[in-house]
Amino acid sequence: MCTQKRTIRVKRVSHDYAMTVDSHKEQFRDALLNMNQDAARELLMQTAGALSPVQRLEHLIIPALLDIGDEWSCGSVALSQLYMSGRICETLLDELIPEHEIVRRDLPTTAMVVLSDYHVLGKRIVCSVLRSSGVDVLDYGTAEVDEVLARIAEDHVKILLVSTLMLHSALQVLELGTKRNEAGLDFKIVVGGAPFRMDEMLWHEIGADAMGYSASDALGIIEELAEGIE
Amino acid sequence: MTGDTMTPMERFLATVSHREPDRVPLFLFPTLHGARELNMPLTQYFTRAENIVEGQLRMRERFNHDCLTGFFYAAAEVEAWGGEVLRRDDGPFNSGRPVIRDPKQILDLVPPRALDCPCLEESIKATAALAERSAGDVPILGVAISPFSLPVMQMGFGPYLELMHHHPGLFEALMAVNEEFCVGWANAQIEAGATAVVYFDPVSSTTIIPRNLYLSTGLEVAKRTIPRIKGPTGTHFASGHCLSIIPDIIRTGTGVIGVSAEEDLTQIKKACAGKLTIVGNLNGIEMRRWTREDAENAVKTAIAKAGRGGGFILADNHGEIPWQVSEETLQAISHAVDQWGRYPLNWIDSNA
Repeated sequence: MCTQKRTIRVKRVSHDYAMTVDSHKEQFRDALLNMNQDAARELLMQTAGALSPVQRLEHLIIPALLDIGDEWSCGSVALSQLYMSGRICETLLDELIPEHEIVRRDLPTTAMVVLSDYHVLGKRIVCSVLRSSGVDVLDYGTAEVDEVLARIAEDHVKILLVSTLMLHSALQVLELGTKRNEAGLDFKIVVGGAPFRMDEMLWHEIGADAMGYSASDALGIIEELAEGIE
Repeated sequence: MTGDTMTPMERFLATVSHREPDRVPLFLFPTLHGARELNMPLTQYFTRAENIVEGQLRMRERFNHDCLTGFFYAAAEVEAWGGEVLRRDDGPFNSGRPVIRDPKQILDLVPPRALDCPCLEESIKATAALAERSAGDVPILGVAISPFSLPVMQMGFGPYLELMHHHPGLFEALMAVNEEFCVGWANAQIEAGATAVVYFDPVSSTTIIPRNLYLSTGLEVAKRTIPRIKGPTGTHFASGHCLSIIPDIIRTGTGVIGVSAEEDLTQIKKACAGKLTIVGNLNGIEMRRWTREDAENAVKTAIAKAGRGGGFILADNHGEIPWQVSEETLQAISHAVDQWGRYPLNWIDSNA
């Protein structure tokens, strides 16, 4: 049983509004877990009369993705469900919510990378969840440490998310941090992925600033780190 | 080890028959450490069968564990399909950019023959040499990536999951060619002298896909593929979870499962119920920083939970000891098995 269910803070709203959110939230989440894009789209369209596009994003899409991410970290949801949920939400956002209506969050410039490895699924999942949550993320793809540092300097990145599957890739964060300091760059390193879940001490050992267990942790970590960034 | 009264092969056969051998078998899978023993960078080590043979034999002599393997690196299989391999000196070689970049390419794929691929041919040579040198006393393990899991390297994880969901026809076409390749590769290893083949299938684990999807995909592929392999198989999930699909795995005809450090061995042992032998489940990532006491405690815990009645082989949970794990730690694991792995495991009751 997953015990990490997060509380979604919903602003004080009308009774009808709350009823619409409650009745559709679980169904929307279930449609995502069943990887049923048509059902998910239909549910969003059903709420069009009661909820604005942004309300659908804030109270249906984001909570569902965060829930699914939490359940993945508890082991009750599979990685394919997490990945496909993110992809479906990205598609539905493009279809149903005009770009100009999505409230972009005012956060420090954030980028994401996989170091020296082509296992990029985790990165894609995190990027999907963040973009669906109104966070702009620069996707650096697969890159070597020196290349990442050059791009960070150019883009003025303040938070770098590093997704890993392989241990050697996780250990490269140590080199990344050392070279960051030598170059006088000022950005935070957030890590996530299998090696860090298998060894909960590893992220301290390699000098990361934070570690996320799941894609659903990314938004909270970025917001928390943002408070300490000028 | 000091009190051994069986050869590793006798010990292996007893335990997979769910009988108690002289002690718990230890499969260390030090596939990388042989290079350090030979004072060779990994990029040189993985070029010739002779290096692997020498490395494997020295590792077994040093740590007294119970298996040998001609395995090079998993990405060799995708190299056989024309894929790129990223070689490095501080860890296992990895597959590079996907070889299938457009799902439509699947319709033109022709499965390569293992013996036509230099990278796999060296592995076959190593298997044959190990079989000859060990003269039937030590189990020789072959390794084949399952047809269902190979596409992660062939086309990338995300595109593969989308293929599975959105293009069932192309998915089945890919499985058909991959099954032919897998069976040919596995049987080439059996013919070269492998005692059994490890069917590496992490995508089937419930960490990666939900059970209902497994039932219609990975399970069906395994049910078609495993019976065509002309020798015993063990299915390994590379630290992915499998507890909830054990009854399904049993139906594939496999005899052994490699299980995750994140799942409870007591529950796994109960679910296997004399039908599957368990391999696992030491945490290879944490192992990098284990003290001697940590190693001993981990070995004792695993044996206490799963050792009784046979059907248990102690190993790491991923199928490969990370390069960063020290030889001292591997030695400590070996000593702990020598001390705590002797049957009957009466110490478990006195410690309870």
